[in-house]
Amino acid sequence: MFRYLVRRILWAFVLFIAVTMVSYIIFFLVPAEPARLVAGPQAPPDAVERARKFLHLDEPIWKQYLRFLHSLSPVTFEGARPEVKTPSLGRSFATRQEVNHIVKAAAPVTISLVIGGAILWMLIALPIGILSALRPRSLLDRGAMVFVLIGISAHPVWLGLLLSYFIGYKLGLTPLGGYCDLVNPSTACGGPVQWAHAMILPWITFAILFAALYVRMIRANVLEAMNEDYVRTARAKGASEAVVMRSHVLRNAMLPVVTMLGMDIGLAMGGAIFTESVFGLPGIGQTAVKALEGFDLPTVQGIVVFATIAIIVFNLAVDLLYAVIDPRIRLS
Amino acid sequence: MSLLEVRDLKTHFRTDDGIVKAVDGVSFTVDKGQTLGIVGESGSGKSVTCLTIMGLNSKKNTITTGEAKFNGEDLLRMPSKRLRQIRGNDMAMIFQDPMTSLNPVHSIGRQLVEAIQLHRDISKRQAKNRALDLLKAVGIPRAERRIDDYPHQFSGGMRQRVMIAMALVNDPDLLIADEPTTALDVTTQAQILELMNRLQSEFGSAIIMITHDLGVIAEIADEVVVMYAARVAEKGTVDQLFKRPHHPYTWGLLGSLPRLDADLERLVQIQGQPPSLLNPPRGCRFNPRCPYVMSVCKEKEPELLPLSDEPEHLQACHLDEQTKEREAAKLIAGTLAEAS
Repeated sequence: MFRYLVRRILWAFVLFIAVTMVSYIIFFLVPAEPARLVAGPQAPPDAVERARKFLHLDEPIWKQYLRFLHSLSPVTFEGARPEVKTPSLGRSFATRQEVNHIVKAAAPVTISLVIGGAILWMLIALPIGILSALRPRSLLDRGAMVFVLIGISAHPVWLGLLLSYFIGYKLGLTPLGGYCDLVNPSTACGGPVQWAHAMILPWITFAILFAALYVRMIRANVLEAMNEDYVRTARAKGASEAVVMRSHVLRNAMLPVVTMLGMDIGLAMGGAIFTESVFGLPGIGQTAVKALEGFDLPTVQGIVVFATIAIIVFNLAVDLLYAVIDPRIRLS
Repeated sequence: MSLLEVRDLKTHFRTDDGIVKAVDGVSFTVDKGQTLGIVGESGSGKSVTCLTIMGLNSKKNTITTGEAKFNGEDLLRMPSKRLRQIRGNDMAMIFQDPMTSLNPVHSIGRQLVEAIQLHRDISKRQAKNRALDLLKAVGIPRAERRIDDYPHQFSGGMRQRVMIAMALVNDPDLLIADEPTTALDVTTQAQILELMNRLQSEFGSAIIMITHDLGVIAEIADEVVVMYAARVAEKGTVDQLFKRPHHPYTWGLLGSLPRLDADLERLVQIQGQPPSLLNPPRGCRFNPRCPYVMSVCKEKEPELLPLSDEPEHLQACHLDEQTKEREAAKLIAGTLAEAS
């Protein structure tokens, strides 16, 4: 188990280097001039030149990349001896803010949205998926199919606008948008109740698509598991349908769902851009969009780092969880 | 009273193409401690017969008629709660493929304990001890350590032993074995059969052994039912069937057995394919493939009748008894090779 973990973490490191390197290269392939954007459109050429120097944009790409890595590493090699320091993502080109702070401010918003949304979509998908597998072609199953079709077809932006118009504006039940801090009421609103109140519509908007996909996946998995020989064995032992379902069908049907869930949550951490834009949530997705518009490389890179770490962590978590729930994986 | 009395059992499945008569009027009895073999080719209805008795066919689209009295109670008409009490307790089943018949995510110990605790109100520890005894009885080496292992850590033969242990754990009166050796290699087959023979004398359960392998029948059965296209073709004791087979289909089965005592150029085969059960041939269902076919065979379905001198030996064929005696004698001498 320990060796497995070490190997996985080494691989994660390689992956991390590859991803950040590629995003660096892409950034420099794009025909844009960040220094010009920073200095301003009316700035004289020598000001742009100074900006370029100041941002180290005059150096070759590999040097800039190494600078980025060095700043990110928890050890500095500048002095006579290596010293421990705080890893830094650098400063934003546009605002000179520390990227660490930018990511730190945006991450809780996206994490709230994604985790809450994932809980919601599982709460919707599990019962519907299982029930429609139990009664295929029944009224419930067909109803679920309609829901799935709508859920997959409805664009989150459309859905989000519709929800915030009717539920937020017309009925006035929820805020129209914005984010309330979960713990620290630094802004106008805060605390768990207001946090949840503001997040209800984003959660729904974000969860519908996944809920639809998961209903189909859970239904298919449960149907498949119900036809397994060991389920017949369980019935032959005299187990009731409830026991057969609980301890033989569901346990096996949920194995692939766990994998998908981990991957989807990890991916979504990179920014649920549509939902964040509709509800004005200052999360990772919105920050990324803004940074890209301004060719703000350090911020973009900071978000790439965050998203990569999220995906790696969730995939690792899935692998470890799998070892617990599927004995066939455990020893190999 | 017989342990199990099946009378005129019919299992029909509604499908998009029409009604498939998978079992169409099958009757037999099993006495306490006796072993009944059911032989026939794939699709002859032998497995469906047993799944029907166990109540394991899906309820939807299945029409079941006739009766199956187990200790006097009709299995086909009892409430599902009562059937669940009987299943796994008084009547247990072993399936064909041990690789897929055990749940991969639970340890075998847990699956055995589940089988016990579904029917007995005893503690987990007691149940585990019982499970351990059974695992030892079926010959799992180092059972104390292996009881917590998972199915994928066992070989096919060992898994089938576990299945047998699980079936016998509540000391059932009747054990239904649906081709328990088909998925195993030959040496393992022999071990499993020997194990079942030994356990039967230990536990005293009656066995229904479903197989397409007459070698298995000879090894284990007291009585034999030969099924063809959802019906019984011939029925009798093992001796009667192997010494005086009276149905051309049985001849075909026997003739296709490799023999060590006769020098044959090639094995006899039964020509053609098993008929569609969606719409079986008129008259005798074997007539399109029968080398002895007569005009009456295409008109009238033969009844299952006893032999004149062996009232327990039933067969359904229009041929006259003399011809049958002669052909049976020829077959036993190992000379039926030209006949087909």
